[in-house]
Amino acid sequence: MMKTAVLLIPLLPLASFIITGLFGKRYFKEKSQYLSVAAVAVSWLLSIYLIIQVERGEELSWQVYSWIAAGKFKVDIGFLVDQLTAVMLLVVSTVGFMVHVYSIGYMKGDGGYYRFFAYLNLFMFSMFMLILGNNFLMLYVFWEAVGLCSYLLISFWYTKQSAANAGTKAFLVNRVGDFGFGLGIMLIFVTLGTLSYSGVFENAGRIGSGTITAICLLLFMGAMGKSAQFPLHVWLPDAMEGPTPVSSLIHAATMVNAGVYMVARSSPLFHQSHTAMFVVALVGTFTAIFAASIGLVQNDIKKVLAYSTVSQLGYMFAALGVGAWAAGMFHLVAHGFFKGLLFLCSGSVIHAVSGEQDMRKMGGLKNKIKITYWTFVIGALAISGFPGLAGFWSKDSVLAGAFNGGYWYFWLVGLIAAFMTAFYMFRLIFMTFHGKPRDVELYSHAHESPRSMTIPLIVLAIPSVLIGLVLGLPPEDGHIDRFLEPVFEAVKGEAHHFGALDVGLMALSAGIGLAGIFLAWVFYIKRPELPEKAGAHVGVLYKAALNKYWIDEIYFALFINPVRALGRGLWRWVDVGIIDGFVNGSARFFRGVGMVLRPAQSGKIQAYMFSMLLGLLALLLVYLALTI
Amino acid sequence: MYEFQEQIGFPILTVITFLPALGGLAVLFARGKPNVYKGITLAVTGVNFLLSLVLIQYFDRYTATMQFVEKVPWISSLGISYHMAVDGISVLLIMLTTLLSLIIVPASWNYIKDRELQFFAAFLFLETGLIGVFCARDLFMFYVFWEVMLIPMYFIIGVWGGPRRIYAAIKFFLFTFAGSLLMLIAIVAIAYLARSNPFATPVFDMDLLENATFSYQVQVLAFLAFFIAFAVKVPMWPLHTWLPDAHVEAPTAGSVILAGVMLKVGGYGMLRLCIPLFPDAVVAIAPYILVLSIIAIVYGALVSLVQKDLKKLVAYSSVSHMGFVTAGIFALNIVGIEGGIMVMFSHGLLTGALFLMVGFLYERLHTREISEMGGLAGPFPVMAAFFSFFALASLGLPGLSGFVGEFLSLVGLFTYSKPMAAVASIGIILAAAYLLWMYQRVMFTGLRDQKWYKVPDYSLREIVSLAPLGILAVWAGVYPNTFLQLIQPPAARLTEKMAPYMAESGSVVERIFASLGGLF
Repeated sequence: MMKTAVLLIPLLPLASFIITGLFGKRYFKEKSQYLSVAAVAVSWLLSIYLIIQVERGEELSWQVYSWIAAGKFKVDIGFLVDQLTAVMLLVVSTVGFMVHVYSIGYMKGDGGYYRFFAYLNLFMFSMFMLILGNNFLMLYVFWEAVGLCSYLLISFWYTKQSAANAGTKAFLVNRVGDFGFGLGIMLIFVTLGTLSYSGVFENAGRIGSGTITAICLLLFMGAMGKSAQFPLHVWLPDAMEGPTPVSSLIHAATMVNAGVYMVARSSPLFHQSHTAMFVVALVGTFTAIFAASIGLVQNDIKKVLAYSTVSQLGYMFAALGVGAWAAGMFHLVAHGFFKGLLFLCSGSVIHAVSGEQDMRKMGGLKNKIKITYWTFVIGALAISGFPGLAGFWSKDSVLAGAFNGGYWYFWLVGLIAAFMTAFYMFRLIFMTFHGKPRDVELYSHAHESPRSMTIPLIVLAIPSVLIGLVLGLPPEDGHIDRFLEPVFEAVKGEAHHFGALDVGLMALSAGIGLAGIFLAWVFYIKRPELPEKAGAHVGVLYKAALNKYWIDEIYFALFINPVRALGRGLWRWVDVGIIDGFVNGSARFFRGVGMVLRPAQSGKIQAYMFSMLLGLLALLLVYLALTI
Repeated sequence: MYEFQEQIGFPILTVITFLPALGGLAVLFARGKPNVYKGITLAVTGVNFLLSLVLIQYFDRYTATMQFVEKVPWISSLGISYHMAVDGISVLLIMLTTLLSLIIVPASWNYIKDRELQFFAAFLFLETGLIGVFCARDLFMFYVFWEVMLIPMYFIIGVWGGPRRIYAAIKFFLFTFAGSLLMLIAIVAIAYLARSNPFATPVFDMDLLENATFSYQVQVLAFLAFFIAFAVKVPMWPLHTWLPDAHVEAPTAGSVILAGVMLKVGGYGMLRLCIPLFPDAVVAIAPYILVLSIIAIVYGALVSLVQKDLKKLVAYSSVSHMGFVTAGIFALNIVGIEGGIMVMFSHGLLTGALFLMVGFLYERLHTREISEMGGLAGPFPVMAAFFSFFALASLGLPGLSGFVGEFLSLVGLFTYSKPMAAVASIGIILAAAYLLWMYQRVMFTGLRDQKWYKVPDYSLREIVSLAPLGILAVWAGVYPNTFLQLIQPPAARLTEKMAPYMAESGSVVERIFASLGGLF
């Protein structure tokens, strides 16, 4: 039964993808959603079943067939279901199901309706396979496959230049990360001769310290690409060109977590390299505050959420890097729910104001779209760490992990980033929903979304409120910690007792969050003239953040333009200039020689005889040289 | 002396090789009856494809020994025999050849306006040459088929090509002919040097040559002569510049066969002759070949990136992809060799398909300039779907054929040298760059001209030509073992052949120079 479930979970969406993709355009048209949503619904139920089985202590390790066998290089297609898989399944299937339902309303009337659902199904298949696979090559394969779906869905509205660019950019930046990932996999294979998780982790102790650091850093390069960590974060904000359900599902709740999942899955490897762990924590922490600082000043509602996602993923890596494994996964789960919710809410707002995404044109929407407003507020409170909600528990466990691990500097940076998080989230809320409508035209047409969209919002608001209480209590020994214990048993740090200091830390992070909300209130409700003044005061910093620190421009100047120039140079100068020049030149040379030698064809037999003799002599010499 | 393996009731290799040539003769007699000669071509290529499936069916995939042996003395005084036999590598490439030959028939059904009869006849003769090269076990026969394969291609480019066809055909001819000449000299030299005594007949039989031992300097020289001939075909950097011109000028069907099969003949020759005959030299020279391969991978990709002509872009991408072939083969381990062969197979499918699609696009738009395209996914959704599929497969998307070969090839190279594999991996990033950027400029963004909506999307004929290639690409990506099983025994045999020389240390450069010095 478990095997059947494991097979059906990915295969149902795959079947639906194939059927919808082939026949959707001609036969299903506006009814394309039925099959897609049904397939994902069943996958969701089966996932719940699997999670319950795992909760009961069942595990599954299953080789389905030998995929590649070339010499010593042998890789299977196989499944592994353990606690970590179950946690990922919970987020992926739930948010996936809700996003499918939501898309029915959101994508209604779009010319590519069937195509959208087909791509979403393909994504669900790939993502399920990614988390169910039992070896590194499968991880890599479906890692690229989810990247493909991301590409297809970002450039879904392909006639827009910006969407087409964003899709290509996403794929390419991820390929840069995968460059490292691929080499890491090869290094694992060359070192251990296997790529299966069990084989690698059992023998992780045999790997030399330099090699294991190299492996971990190469793998992490892949994670930085997929999970949008600095300096490979540049694709995620642009990915907002895709339809909003895609941003919610792929670019907030599931695919971008793949990097976190990879590091967590490879914990037996990372655990052995202090350097690699430190790099993970450093990159994570830096990204957390770096992206948050950009999020402070963005005016596009989805861009704020995108930078927020980058920042929150940074938290997860920070947690993993300091050895707070379960905390990182906890934050992944909580974030999956509330960020998925926030994106769907933003989609509902965008839907209400006919596609407008600039918050400067919104304002006062709270009475017009009540459900959206309240669920949005719940999501914002959750991410800001409002006491009791999901983000409070998960973010606190991340920060506590850093502090108790002795990384007080990471803790401090994380705390500052938490303050920024609360600020930019409520800046978004206040700019969008409060105050006076700034664009009366948009405001007057604003309307609440259909039920297919609001129900998913309500459903996702529930875990955003409760999941922390359910999974995270008591702190550091909550349900999730105990559930994940078998996975992280080998890499667990020293036991830590929750004490008065921890309560203090908790209070501090709660206070920081509330302070951020308060400051946003002062800036955007109480004294709306303040932001401009403050912006002028820190002119350079403001401009830098607004322009995302000019990273895109730097990449163009450093990589993209030089590479194109190099290609052009090689083509024009080496290919056409040197090589063809040589070839054509030698052709000319021989024609010239022919002209010179023409007199030799004189018709005089003696001359021919003489040259034949010479030739024979030359051949003989060569022959002698070869044999002696 | 006579040998005939009773694996199947008839001499299948002879039939599969010469059937197309017979068909070609028949076509020449059907002057003025287009449906007759097209029908003959379709029937012959179809039967030949089925025969190749029979061949695979009866092929024993668990042994490295040559199978379906047909051996008859031919010119006894010179030691030349009619000797045909195949191993897994040949069988795989024969199947690829017959499949692509079959596919191009419907694809060029209405394409050729002038001298159509001769066009189809030329293709049938070409198929004989190609299959012959994959079957020959006698060096003399190998050379004959090699030339038989070049001549029809020369005409296909020169007669049915684009505006600069003469330049392209002559360039193609000069490059390949220079290579052939070197190979001919080397063939004669080793045939005579392999004799046991100065009065014995020369040795052309590959079975015997593989057991002959040549001195180191002979190995190096003969290896280089063969290698250059094959490297031109692959083509390896810097012997590749004939390829973009040949492709741009060649008619679609010519490009398909050229890229799909003819380039593989180069890699095949290296596997069939260079490694088994001169293992000592191979081990010594491999590092330099690897450097050239890696240059080809990165260089081809960089130049691809900036191409303005769609067909030229695909042509340069071939240079890059074929770099993975030589990189895998000369990593000198089983994984690499199998990877190289898989890249050959996969590249045959994918580039064949890409050239077909460029042809189909050209028939609609009458241009290949990328800058004149854009937004074509709107009027041609089916075309866009096929295009994206093959572009993604070509950039090595896992689950499709391109990935398996390239990854194995890189694993092989990584085993040989980590830095080399790292540099070669850049090619994978660049492949995504040039293919996706191309796709974006052709299919995405705004449509240039609304009139394309009046032009029909892919017809059934076009879909049928592409579908088999797509199915095989998925098959080879999802269950590559079907194909890997075929090539595993021969790949293992090649590595065994080189094993004794792998341990030899000492500077390779010194050894080569020392051996060359011995000549003078």
